Amino acid sequence: MTAETMPTKLVGQAIKRREDPQLITGQGSFLDDIKLPGMTHACVLRSPYAHAKIKSIDTSKAKAHPGVVAVFTGEDMLDLNPLPCAWQAGRVKNNVNTPRVLAVGEVHFVGDPVALVIAEDRYIARDACDLIEVEYEPLPVVVDAKKATEPGAPQLHENAPNNIVMEWEAGDKAKADAAIAAAEVVVREQIINQRLIPTPMETRGSIARYEPATGEFTLWTTSQAPHVMRLVLTAFVFGIPETKLRVISPNVGGGFGQKIFCYNDMAFTMWAARKIGRPVKFVEDRSENYKYSTHGRDHITDVELAGNRDGTITGLRVTTYANLGAYLSTIAPGIPTTLYGRIITGAYRIPAAYVKVYGVYTNTAMVDAYRGAGRPEASYLIERMVDRFAAEIGMDPAEVRRKNFIPPDAFPYDNGLGLLPYDSGNYEAALNKALEIVGYAEFRKQQEEARKQGKYLGIGISSYVEICGVAPSKWIGLPGEGWGAGLWESANVRVHLTGKVVVTTGSLPHGQGVETTFAQIVADELGVPYDDVVIEHSDTAGTPFGYGTYGSRSLAVGGMAVYRSVAKIKEKAKKIAAHMLEANPDDMVYENGRVYVKGSPDRFKTLAEIALQASVAYDLPEGMEPFLDETTYYDPPNCTFPFGTHIAIVEVDPDTGIVDLKRYVAVDDCGNVINPMIVDGQIHGGIAQGIAQALYERAVYDENGQLVTGTLMDYAVPAAHMLPPFETARTVTPSPVNPLGVKGAGEAGTIASAQAVMNAVIDALSPFGVKHMQMPATPENVWKAIRAAQAAS
Amino acid sequence: MIPAPFQYYAAKTVNEAIGLLQQHGEDAKLLAGGHSLLPALKLRLAQPAVLIDISRVSELKGITSNGDRLVIGAGSTYYEIARNEAVRAGCPVLAECVGQIGDIQVRNRGTIGGSLAHADPAADPPAVALALGATINVMGPNGARSIAADNMFVGMLTTALSSDEVITSVTFPILGKGEGAAYAKLRHPASRYAIVGVAAYVKFDNGTVSACRIGVTGAGSVAVRQPAAEAALVGTSGDDAAIAAAANAAGDGIDYLGDIHASAEYRQAMVKVFTRRALTEAVRRARG
Ligand SMILES: Cc1cc2nc3c(=O)[nH]c(=O)nc-3n(C[C@H](O)[C@H](O)[C@H](O)COP(=O)(O)OP(=O)(O)OC[C@H]3O[C@@H](n4cnc5c(N)ncnc54)[C@H](O)[C@@H]3O)c2cc1C
Repeated sequence: MTAETMPTKLVGQAIKRREDPQLITGQGSFLDDIKLPGMTHACVLRSPYAHAKIKSIDTSKAKAHPGVVAVFTGEDMLDLNPLPCAWQAGRVKNNVNTPRVLAVGEVHFVGDPVALVIAEDRYIARDACDLIEVEYEPLPVVVDAKKATEPGAPQLHENAPNNIVMEWEAGDKAKADAAIAAAEVVVREQIINQRLIPTPMETRGSIARYEPATGEFTLWTTSQAPHVMRLVLTAFVFGIPETKLRVISPNVGGGFGQKIFCYNDMAFTMWAARKIGRPVKFVEDRSENYKYSTHGRDHITDVELAGNRDGTITGLRVTTYANLGAYLSTIAPGIPTTLYGRIITGAYRIPAAYVKVYGVYTNTAMVDAYRGAGRPEASYLIERMVDRFAAEIGMDPAEVRRKNFIPPDAFPYDNGLGLLPYDSGNYEAALNKALEIVGYAEFRKQQEEARKQGKYLGIGISSYVEICGVAPSKWIGLPGEGWGAGLWESANVRVHLTGKVVVTTGSLPHGQGVETTFAQIVADELGVPYDDVVIEHSDTAGTPFGYGTYGSRSLAVGGMAVYRSVAKIKEKAKKIAAHMLEANPDDMVYENGRVYVKGSPDRFKTLAEIALQASVAYDLPEGMEPFLDETTYYDPPNCTFPFGTHIAIVEVDPDTGIVDLKRYVAVDDCGNVINPMIVDGQIHGGIAQGIAQALYERAVYDENGQLVTGTLMDYAVPAAHMLPPFETARTVTPSPVNPLGVKGAGEAGTIASAQAVMNAVIDALSPFGVKHMQMPATPENVWKAIRAAQAAS
Repeated sequence: MIPAPFQYYAAKTVNEAIGLLQQHGEDAKLLAGGHSLLPALKLRLAQPAVLIDISRVSELKGITSNGDRLVIGAGSTYYEIARNEAVRAGCPVLAECVGQIGDIQVRNRGTIGGSLAHADPAADPPAVALALGATINVMGPNGARSIAADNMFVGMLTTALSSDEVITSVTFPILGKGEGAAYAKLRHPASRYAIVGVAAYVKFDNGTVSACRIGVTGAGSVAVRQPAAEAALVGTSGDDAAIAAAANAAGDGIDYLGDIHASAEYRQAMVKVFTRRALTEAVRRARG
């Protein structure tokens, strides 16, 4: 954008993403684009068994294969600690088992790494894997989280009886029990939130280089949180000084949570690079990504919702079995607890609620945060049950929602589940807007008519609330919710001699458009041209320590750190300008990139002039340090709570069970909006992933622990033509948590959408007597639900 | 995702390809569009020692119309077939079928010869070949021969082709007045292959159905005809009741498959539903 076309105020403008020209012209640099001199290539031999003892490993043939540099097994890497679990469920005992870099003695899921081949190229490395002979003694397998806790189930780890990682609860059990016992109506369901595979377009990987002279490592890795990886790898896995490792995230081709975590390839490429004295590259293929990198969701939940015939919800009782896979991934236990259990009542004032969560080990890939992380599961559960309740008492689902919403004057609102208070909200306004856009009353008439003609239309409402920018550290951290560190974010802002502004952030944008939005904020606040602001990130060398990008935190936490640093810059600029103009610092006004004396706007200095003065430092106020350079470590006082209502309209073909998603309306409230186009983009992508869960995607293990959906030929990621156009709109309820009034928008679309579609499908099927069905609503599942309901009636 | 090592030959003629097949025997595989073979190689489910690339053999290219027949070179891609004017005018059901295969990348690479030779249980083209009574023309060490579609598909991934033969072309009829055909498919959500695919052909003489052929793919281990359903329609007026009765008679003789996307029970029910849909559309088209 040129200076002339640039609007004066950038915040709120749909400015095109500065990230995109490079990416859409194929000039991005992703991990697999990186080639280092002398680089070797790693391939991992993985367990074909879901549970087995390793009796022996013979690597001699692989070692002798031409082009193979080295072959290692778990026994070779015993100097490395297992990968840490950095977020254990708060205030309860966690039976922790984390993966070793390579398995030792026993494997616990298909894909568990057993040996590592390093070779001159990737092809040789792969061929040599086939030459390794491993003798396994298969052990019994369990893949279902509920069955895994039953007596006689196969046991994965000695320290976790009945495969239980932890038992965690929130709310008031006695009150919930009493409410359910006293209720006029109780609806009960078993609700399954199926396992999903995040499927970033770029798979994961690492490249490590070691400098023997200094003992320093450089690690390029597909990470959403390079500073955290540096900390975890050095302090926990290797036991070396943090200063000996530099971590760089190149362009990251989608993360969706899967790339937050510490993975074995980060460690084994480092370890092997040091051992062989050459750089080592490892890039997963899609099958490995599906087998080994983390999955999401996978809850089995028994839920009871109690209420009165007038539509008032009086109680909620929930028991969830959360499948965490074979070992604990980096933040796994925190997801079904803090980010799920504590928001299980959603947007509703429910006086008595209780949730119990069992984290469970099974012989499956590790499960951890996937876009939305806990909140989609919570939102799906409550929104499905509200519809279920509405159908039971014969009341319109929109009406039941209205009746039970937390009203606008109840904020800050404490939901009684141990969460910090919801910051702000106007849930009914968003619902009304969505109903208006979709033409709700009109649709209900059409639906009536259509049914008479044997056509099955359905509408589904999802009124969600979620948690973004999780903080403050003293709440989320170890003494509280169990997160093993802080959750603040950092930003450094410098105005260079030429007046150009360099921002470094601890956030790690990888598709969120953060470079654009941060630059919009800085340009507005400092009153400098947008193009004069550069946002740097991704490299632990040159950026302040930060926690990275996930949990929709980059703007509400990272952006606030930038905002604060800019405010400090402005304060210092005022002092320097006062000195230059021989005025009183208290009389200075900062406006549009100029500092002037209050009352006489033509006595001013521009930021560029001030920056030059600060930089050359020939004449600064007594005792002042040179340069405009300010850093902030921003720890918010609370999380933020975006909300909204999504509505889906479907038509179901009862002969085949095919669901035709005809319309999708999304009204989201993420507080103030910095860039509406970017917010829309985030919402669109999020909705696509939620619809994917409702209609298409599921990760399936068979009873032997084989991943049946191990390739994209069976795991149904929707293509563009499988999604309808999205009609997006907004309400704006600023967050009082931060002066920008922002909440976050990265995950809302996913959190809101699956239940909108499922509620619509079940609404369409209601004439057949269908009250609930599990996701995904594939043709066969719908067809069976119709037949089961018909058989039952 | 990395295949085992193999030797690669790019054949220039059909004879050269046959010679290489004879020379390398069971170790060799022809490579056409690669969209069935390469996925299997990448997962190391297939590990042939020799690949003979026939994608540049010009004899296998081209679509010609001769009177009442269309001769489609085995190396024609789905894209070429779906866009071909002679096919769209003379045998629109073929264009309709191959136009629904996979996604655009698959249609740009995959070939009709490769599909019929591979005989994937979920492939679309075999259903249309059966319904239209196509002929598969092949060349081997002993010269040329033709295989009727009815005799081609023997079992799961198994055909009447011998391992040293190359499909050179496929002959389809050009449909005339009173004839109509349609393809109806339930798509696999991930791969877009057929969970159930039904191709139906009908011919009317004096307002009565004089011939009917139905080919079903996807449901079982191999694509098959539906004689009972066909017989049920022949001699009727082809009205809705007759179609419903014929569709109801469909589903026999299929060795049903079941997987996470569709159980055997569901596929069985869908054979009837999609037979009805394909027949309804074929009748509509036949009546012009
Ligand atoms: C993502 C994806 C989606 C797909 N979706 C569909 C779909 O919806 N419907 C569908 O029908 N198919 C689908 N396919 C398969 C596709 O149609 C294949 O292209 C086709 O099955 C094989 O044709 P090919 O030319 O690619 O053959 P190749 O893969 O090259 O070869 C397949 C087999 O046929 C043999 N062969 C090839 N040509 C000849 C010949 N002329 N004579 C003798 N033998 C020969 C080869 O040796 C090999 O054994 C899909 C494939 C992919 C990868």
